[in-house]
Amino acid sequence: MNKANALKHFETRIWLDNSCSAVIVEKALLSMSGVLKAVVNPAISKAYVVFDPQKTSEQVITQKLEALGAKVLDSHQDRQDCEHHAHHQTPSEEQNPNEEGSEYRELMRKWWFAAAISIPTILVSYPDLFPGVKDWLPMGSPKLWWARFVVAWLTIPVMVWSGGQFFTGMWEGLKHRSANMHTLIATGISAAWLYSAVALLWPGIFPDPAMAEVYYDVTTVVTALVVLGMAMEVRAKGRSSEAIKKLIGLQPKTAHVLRDGQELEISVDDVVVGDVVIVRPGEKIAVDGIVVEGTSAVDESMLTGESLPVSKEPGQEVFSGTLNKTGSFKFKATKVQQDTALANIVEMVRQAQGSRIPVQRIVDKVSAIFTPGVIILAILGYVIWYDFGPQPSYIYAMIVAVTTLIIACPCALGMATPMSLTTGIGKGAENGILIRSGEALQIAERLNTIVLDKTGTITEGKPSLTDVIPLGRFTETEILRIGASIEQGSEHPLAGAILDGAKDQGVTFVQVVGFNAIPGHGVEGVVEGKRVLFGNLKLMRKEGIPLADLQTHATRLADEGKTPMYLAIDGEAAGIIAVADTVKEDSADAITQLKKMGLEVVMLTGDNERTARAIAKQVGVDRVLADVLPQDKAENVRKLQAEGKKVAMVGDGINDAPALTQADVGIAIGTGTDVAIEASDITLIKGSLKGVVSAIQISRATMRNVYQNLFGAFIYNAAGLPVALGILYPFLGILLSPLVAAAAMAFSSVTVVANANRLRNFKPKEL
Amino acid sequence: MGVSQWVVTIIGLLLSFGIAWFFWGPKKGGSQAEVKDSGYQEADILVKGGYTPDVIVVHRGKPVRLQFLREDKSSCSEMVVFPDFEKSMMLPFGKKVTVELLPNDAGSYPFTCQMGMYRGTLIVKE
Repeated sequence: MNKANALKHFETRIWLDNSCSAVIVEKALLSMSGVLKAVVNPAISKAYVVFDPQKTSEQVITQKLEALGAKVLDSHQDRQDCEHHAHHQTPSEEQNPNEEGSEYRELMRKWWFAAAISIPTILVSYPDLFPGVKDWLPMGSPKLWWARFVVAWLTIPVMVWSGGQFFTGMWEGLKHRSANMHTLIATGISAAWLYSAVALLWPGIFPDPAMAEVYYDVTTVVTALVVLGMAMEVRAKGRSSEAIKKLIGLQPKTAHVLRDGQELEISVDDVVVGDVVIVRPGEKIAVDGIVVEGTSAVDESMLTGESLPVSKEPGQEVFSGTLNKTGSFKFKATKVQQDTALANIVEMVRQAQGSRIPVQRIVDKVSAIFTPGVIILAILGYVIWYDFGPQPSYIYAMIVAVTTLIIACPCALGMATPMSLTTGIGKGAENGILIRSGEALQIAERLNTIVLDKTGTITEGKPSLTDVIPLGRFTETEILRIGASIEQGSEHPLAGAILDGAKDQGVTFVQVVGFNAIPGHGVEGVVEGKRVLFGNLKLMRKEGIPLADLQTHATRLADEGKTPMYLAIDGEAAGIIAVADTVKEDSADAITQLKKMGLEVVMLTGDNERTARAIAKQVGVDRVLADVLPQDKAENVRKLQAEGKKVAMVGDGINDAPALTQADVGIAIGTGTDVAIEASDITLIKGSLKGVVSAIQISRATMRNVYQNLFGAFIYNAAGLPVALGILYPFLGILLSPLVAAAAMAFSSVTVVANANRLRNFKPKEL
Repeated sequence: MGVSQWVVTIIGLLLSFGIAWFFWGPKKGGSQAEVKDSGYQEADILVKGGYTPDVIVVHRGKPVRLQFLREDKSSCSEMVVFPDFEKSMMLPFGKKVTVELLPNDAGSYPFTCQMGMYRGTLIVKE
């Protein structure tokens, strides 16, 4: 029997009481003989154990669990399809669609019920308004009284069922001495109901029979409208988190792995680091890894935005969620579960969507005092209308209080920013732009200066050898041989270009003694017994090398956008070797767009002034900061900030890290699999500068949306509350009815949600 | 003003003060999170109409593990946000969700639902 099959899977629901933690239980289980894998997830109350039945058993493990203080509730042994076993990365998202769907359906049922009951309620409340009803149930008739009596009973299930969440919500809140939207609605609808009940049963206690009116319509219609608003909100909220669902959906559920020479189809959660995974054409790649056998083309567009499939051969990395196109291959898993690049992206987007934008903090402060404040206003409104209002003041006072409670629901205010933020950040993720926090988004909107690193950002970052110019008695081959040899030890990106160029020309390298790199200058060493210096003009000046007419050549090369490097042998100038980097296809276009958006574009580079200017001219950058040593990049960004500018730094994330941190917004341009994600506020997973344009467009669109929502919610409350309190009555005779208030309240929430959803149609556009 | 007006006015004012005190007045000390063998300071928080307990007292510099259990169907409660820690978590209905934090500085840090209606405070002591 095969060893892999002999292992048993044991999954159990457990309850961890306070005396034990998941980590301790895991460790204790793993220390048992025969236990190969143990995962305990307290979040979903599950323990998952893989064991060798020849060494231990389910009972022994259960006993051990109990001894550790975990209560074992039930267990499934040998579940090969461990679809839902512990440590599942994203339980919430997978269940959300159903959860949302059921909540929506239940709210809709509640709405239909409340709406249906509302019809007879309105008819009997205002029989005068409906010609047929007016004749059948005339005002003051016993028939009308009985009709109202029946309606009074019908409104009870509306309050208890359709509006039940308002009362439970209020009660739960009161236990915490906090008030919320539910408190306002529950107080409002029950006040209207109680008043109506008293008016119906004991009309005699009112001094004027005209006061003995019923307001059951307020109870049912307000409940119906608010419930409808909530249903629409639930549906819209589900849409705003679509981006995350799409990302999670990229990862396949199962993988084919090779264990002990046998191919097994297992859940992706069971793939461990070191497993060899087999991928066939048309299959998605389950986890991150390195190709060990076979070649293929892989569509990585979901992660990198690059639409052309990337060819993969042994030694190259593959990523979870990408799609294998042509061939079959095997790869060794290097990152699984929550460590994959995809899982990191999902987690980052999720965190960002939940984060706060600074402007939200003001809203938070307001909403903390808002609801109790409204209740107090409603009471004071009642008192003032009762004391000074027109007769019958009972009725006016009651209408004012109920209207105030209902119109001032803080929903719109509370939803204004989170809804837009979630949608905006999701939109970014869809376009290959990972925004780390709401704060980054808010600052990105106000940027006025974009600092671009040259190498790797504006250019491809893959320089190549272009010119070799010997001087005097030296030959082209000789200086290339010496120049390339001394660069063997260098890690500078330009060194690679020279080495590759030299190899292509069949140059044989020689031994270097005493190699030394002088940062920001070049390298030195001894080759074939001669002291060699290789670097920029600064190095030559520092060493006092006479350059003769080399400088003219250098100037010409630099003007062509190439980077010239001087070679000196035994204190004598020997020649120039030049390399050049190609400008990315769409850099010029992106920079033009940035300028059109009103941003100042600055280029920051360690390269020499002339070369930098030549490149800047090609792409249309006006301001160039050249000859900047890597460690001074951050300082240059700080200087720009000192000019009063809001600066974004765009770099490839490795040597630019300090500058990225110093900038108001650090934008890393990379492959999305880089460590760069960690160092930046925004990461562009496509390598193009167009991403910067899109990122700023998204931040502007999102913040515009946020401001619209906040403005709308603020105006609504600022205008609605005084009107509900009757401030217009003395002047214009306008007093809102509670029904209008309910409609306005539901409408305000729905407007905010609908406005945020408009962002979903956002597309980065060409200017 | 007649007698009934005076009565309504006085009841109204008393009620207003009562409400102000009830919602904004000083609240009880909160619950102290227990320190576990694992080195975590742990607390279970029930999400139902609010957070129970809604004040968690912990010590500075030690990791905190908060286990949220949502038993509240309203979608308002589906996310908990710790704005000062730049941390947020979806809380699926009826499932325990763990939030881990490392408070380095003493102070009072609020946590809320996404709309800021449910509120709790993490108090970090020296």
